[in-house]
Amino acid sequence: MVEVRLRVNGTDEPLDIQPQVSLLDALREYLGLTGTKKGCDQGACGACTVLADGERINSCLALAVQYEGREITTIEGLDHPLQGAFVRHDGFQCGYCTSGQICSAVGMLAEHKDGMPSAVTKQASGGELSAAEIRERMSGNLCRCGAYNGIVGAIQEVAR
Amino acid sequence: MTQTLPRTHEPSVGKPVDRVDGTAKTTGAARFAAEYPYPGLAHAALVHATVSRGRITAIDTTEAAAIPGVITVLTHHNAPALKPPRRFNPLDLSTMASGTSVSYLNTDEVHWDGQPVAVVVAETLTAAREAAALVEVSYTTFASTVDFKAEEPNAEPQKGNLLMSGSAKKGDAEAALAKAPVRIEARFTTPPHHHNAIEPHATTAMWDGDRLTVHDGTQSIDWLRSHLALRFDVPVEGVRVLAPFVGGGFGGKANIWPGTILTVMAARATGRPVRLLLTREDVYRTVGGRTPSTQRVALGARTDGTLTALVHTSVTRTGRVGGNPEQVTSQSKHLYDAENILVRQNVVELDLISNTAMRAPGDSIGTASIDELAYELGMDPIELRMRNEPERNPIDGRRFANRKLREAYRLGAERFGWADRTPEPGSMRDGRWLVGMGVATAFHPAWQFLANVTVRLSVDGSVLVRCGFQEMGMGGATAQAQIAADALGVPVESVRVEYGDSSLPLSPAAGGSMQTASVASSVLTACEKLRRKLARLGRPGDDPAAALARAGVPSLEVSVGSDTRIGRLTGQVRFLSKLIRDQRRWMKAASGAQFCEVRVDPDTGETRVSRWTAAFDVGRVINAKTAVSQLRGGIVMGIGMALSEETLVDPRTGRIMNPGLGEYHVPVHADVPPIDVAYLDEPDPTMPLGLIGVGEVGITGAAAAIANAIHHATGRRIRELPITLDKLL
Ligand code: FES
Ligand code: FES
Repeated sequence: MVEVRLRVNGTDEPLDIQPQVSLLDALREYLGLTGTKKGCDQGACGACTVLADGERINSCLALAVQYEGREITTIEGLDHPLQGAFVRHDGFQCGYCTSGQICSAVGMLAEHKDGMPSAVTKQASGGELSAAEIRERMSGNLCRCGAYNGIVGAIQEVAR
Repeated sequence: MTQTLPRTHEPSVGKPVDRVDGTAKTTGAARFAAEYPYPGLAHAALVHATVSRGRITAIDTTEAAAIPGVITVLTHHNAPALKPPRRFNPLDLSTMASGTSVSYLNTDEVHWDGQPVAVVVAETLTAAREAAALVEVSYTTFASTVDFKAEEPNAEPQKGNLLMSGSAKKGDAEAALAKAPVRIEARFTTPPHHHNAIEPHATTAMWDGDRLTVHDGTQSIDWLRSHLALRFDVPVEGVRVLAPFVGGGFGGKANIWPGTILTVMAARATGRPVRLLLTREDVYRTVGGRTPSTQRVALGARTDGTLTALVHTSVTRTGRVGGNPEQVTSQSKHLYDAENILVRQNVVELDLISNTAMRAPGDSIGTASIDELAYELGMDPIELRMRNEPERNPIDGRRFANRKLREAYRLGAERFGWADRTPEPGSMRDGRWLVGMGVATAFHPAWQFLANVTVRLSVDGSVLVRCGFQEMGMGGATAQAQIAADALGVPVESVRVEYGDSSLPLSPAAGGSMQTASVASSVLTACEKLRRKLARLGRPGDDPAAALARAGVPSLEVSVGSDTRIGRLTGQVRFLSKLIRDQRRWMKAASGAQFCEVRVDPDTGETRVSRWTAAFDVGRVINAKTAVSQLRGGIVMGIGMALSEETLVDPRTGRIMNPGLGEYHVPVHADVPPIDVAYLDEPDPTMPLGLIGVGEVGITGAAAAIANAIHHATGRRIRELPITLDKLL
């Protein structure tokens, strides 16, 4: 067992856990923050996406002990125009991928603003965010319900 | 409907109303089955068999049990007894949902590679998973048959089921085929598929004496409830299943699979609440997927395109431990007015887990190669379809309840710009990309089953609709709220819908695209009853709440159907006979036209879907937002089926080789273009409010449209799904 002090949604959370516990399990199983979802536990679906100091990460691939001192934001701690936009654009059906999509989109918007390049944008720039660009940058977040059009619509509305 | 109660509000049916559970899903407040906290909660993990057929000779749990935090390791030596599942009984539809026939951990026999042979229960998830990896199992193995391709020649004729016959015949199709001036003959294969709902199957179970509470990601709370009562030999009244949120199902959560049973068993054995969220690999190992298929299609026509012969035969598989044969040829009985038709389905039984329904079983992988015939004839594929568009159900002459396929094609072709297509394969380009346009028909039968509901109006004007239906993203609660609001003439915001709980009135399972229509029918009847009662209480001109207030009544409730044991049974008998009567009278279905444009890279064979338009005849649409989302979702899954999805089964061992989302490729954002969905919005006169379910029709025809578009782009006919790049090189 190791002691870790996580900072989640602005609150300090001391934990006594085994070192192999993922950040995702720490959130869901130890802190009761079940808004972050587990879809694969292997980094393949994006359902577990959270923000660490504003950057999107797959929390299933992160060890909780590595994130001591970082500011973790989960869907429960988010208050963002994307949330309403997802409802208006019907950017989900079952809702299981939604927390991950929203956290990922928040991180993605910041990456784009910072000029981070992608396969679509040959040259990094913080310019306008096209649908193709959103689709490329959001491809780590699977939605089996196939709500992709609505998700892109919601992100476009907020990015404007 | 009574005159006295005016409709004071704009109707909401047909409007793009936001989902009632939208905020819960965008704030993380929505709790799924593995997310309920219970004091003393323990965690379970599964151990899978690594042989396809055999007997366990030894199972060593010492190392596993020694892991700190492990409470118990259940195996066939110490697991509580389980009753066997019942055989199929049409009056008890829960008997359809057994998953497999195996009595998990009650036998040393192994029937498929992946069958759970032990369950670890521990204080933490980490300990449970670690211990599960340490359970040592030895087997003697028996000969097994697991290779679908090799077994295919031994396939036997498939039996029909309650809703669809196994085979059908009109005239002498083979003879007509031999004489036809133009004919095509083709063989198609489709691979096994897995549903891959993003929420893996999950259960939290808690016993209190013989009373059981289960949170489960299920498409069928009532089936699950009866099934658990039976397997654990407890009164059904004491079993409660809760499933307010289900993270996608697509058929994969309709039956009861081992994970659920074993979680309940683990809770029984330990006296603790137990939670199990399957790993993605667990899902592949313990939940059935879609059968692979091999299909022969032969079409004969006169030179003007009139079909004289249609032959469609299929081979699929089930597991020796269970599974319903898939109705692959079903569409071929309804789509084209061929003079002679022969459809036949064969099936092989393998030593694999049972197959199960996956979005539009049969209809989504059934292939009609009308496009190939069109090229043979030098005709436009839509024109050929319209030439053979039937007035009555081709196989038996039944009336169609509603069939607007011509209109759907007209609408779709116009929106898509089909007229701009030059028919010659390889004739359209965009820079280096070969461009292709393809079209195919969507079709899915419509049914209705028994649903009981209560509707209560309170003096404050609020309305409560109660029905134990399941919601896994279809927007059921939103649609029923709209229906009740309009039927009572109140604003949609004042209606609350309770669902997803087995203590509510009975609902059919969510499957076969029939839940919305089934529940709607009873909601409408209940609201009608309520209005009649209110009319007696109030005065002309009163709105519903005012009528109550005038009578000094705090609330008024009506119910449709009875939830006593006998009430449900008579309800089922009544419904079943209505269903059979309806089936004889007419053919009800949703249909549509799928149009897509693809771009194929001539050097790499990479295919990108660049444009999509679909026009559907789905009767009246209740919610313009959620219905379109469902139809789109089906199309997206069809894109996966066409281009990337395939479960790989090792033909030597029967083990699934790609049990994860990294190796089984579902469509991602970048694979999905904007999907233009149109619908005719004309009510089907035989359905409640004229609505037809939209859960499955979206996927039907989608893969065929893509295959046709790829042919148009490249001149290559790929008849083996998925159409991966290697097949195009
Ligand atoms: S759960 Fe982390 S990526 Fe799937
Ligand atoms: S909404 Fe169901 S997986 Fe995305």
